[in-house]
Amino acid sequence: MAADHTPGASDTHPDAHVDAHGVTHGEHPHHPDWATYKWVALILTVITVGEVWIYYTPFKENRLFVPTLLFMSAFKFATVVMFYMHLKYDSKIFRVLFVGPLIIAMIALVSLLFLFGHLALKTG
Amino acid sequence: MATAALDSHALAAHHYSSTGLDNKKIGIWAFIGSECLFFASLISTYLIYKGHSITGPYPHEACNPPACATPLKAILNIPVTSMSTFVLLMSSLFMVLAHSAVVRGDRKYSKIWLAGTALAGATFLGFQAFEFTSFVHEGLKITTNLFGSSFFVLTGFHGAHVTAGVIWLITLLFIDMKRGLGPRDAINVDICALYWHFVDVVWIAIFTLVYLIK
Repeated sequence: MAADHTPGASDTHPDAHVDAHGVTHGEHPHHPDWATYKWVALILTVITVGEVWIYYTPFKENRLFVPTLLFMSAFKFATVVMFYMHLKYDSKIFRVLFVGPLIIAMIALVSLLFLFGHLALKTG
Repeated sequence: MATAALDSHALAAHHYSSTGLDNKKIGIWAFIGSECLFFASLISTYLIYKGHSITGPYPHEACNPPACATPLKAILNIPVTSMSTFVLLMSSLFMVLAHSAVVRGDRKYSKIWLAGTALAGATFLGFQAFEFTSFVHEGLKITTNLFGSSFFVLTGFHGAHVTAGVIWLITLLFIDMKRGLGPRDAINVDICALYWHFVDVVWIAIFTLVYLIK
């Protein structure tokens, strides 16, 4: 399987067009190759197998079980976003458009859990 | 003058913004950002209501009388869901390979990988249909308890997103078979791929938070 963009190749796509203001249009930034995609798929599979495996072990009763699963899940999430969604290689504007709402979403989730969980327990 | 007119015409056809980035791609990332908030609200609701169901069936614990009229086992089927999770993860690999083939102008492999992605997505939906059906047979409906309501809404909305993605993929496959997808269409496949990978990452979160964590 040939790669569409080999490492070290030019970042500018043949279709790219530079206008009078020097802004480049239609450029496709450097994307990972087949080998990278294959390794990412393998890593995601291994982590998923690991998640399910620890679910069936006595480690499930350990207090580190939940943080471990959350870390593994976050790692898989970040790997897909960085490599398959090309956020590692694409424009910073896309990163802002995704990470901004994601941070707001995380804050909202934690706040709601705190309000309905921790505070609700305290107030009865 | 004529060159400038041609250039502006070409730019209008490609819909580039003043940032030099394609409007469609900016749009899909903004949409994905809003979807983060949407799914965060559904996941929050599920987690807030987790463990607050008065009647069974429960996700991880067996339910015995008097809480349940008849003894019920833990309802979540981890082996089946693990398989469907693996299928969805592999569909993401097929999707990047489809995009790669379209960028190269490889019409044979673009069709193969697009069909593979759509098939994997449909398989995931089959697993979900099996899961929902078995839950209903075991007495868990959307109105049964808090777990049922929050679970079916969360996973149902995710399934609806997967369904939309499969329809989108089949449309691209149809276009590919009709006239062929080439490097000029890469942006259209790219935005479909971004949507598909987002659906995958949402499932990564759901699988851990709903299925694996008690």
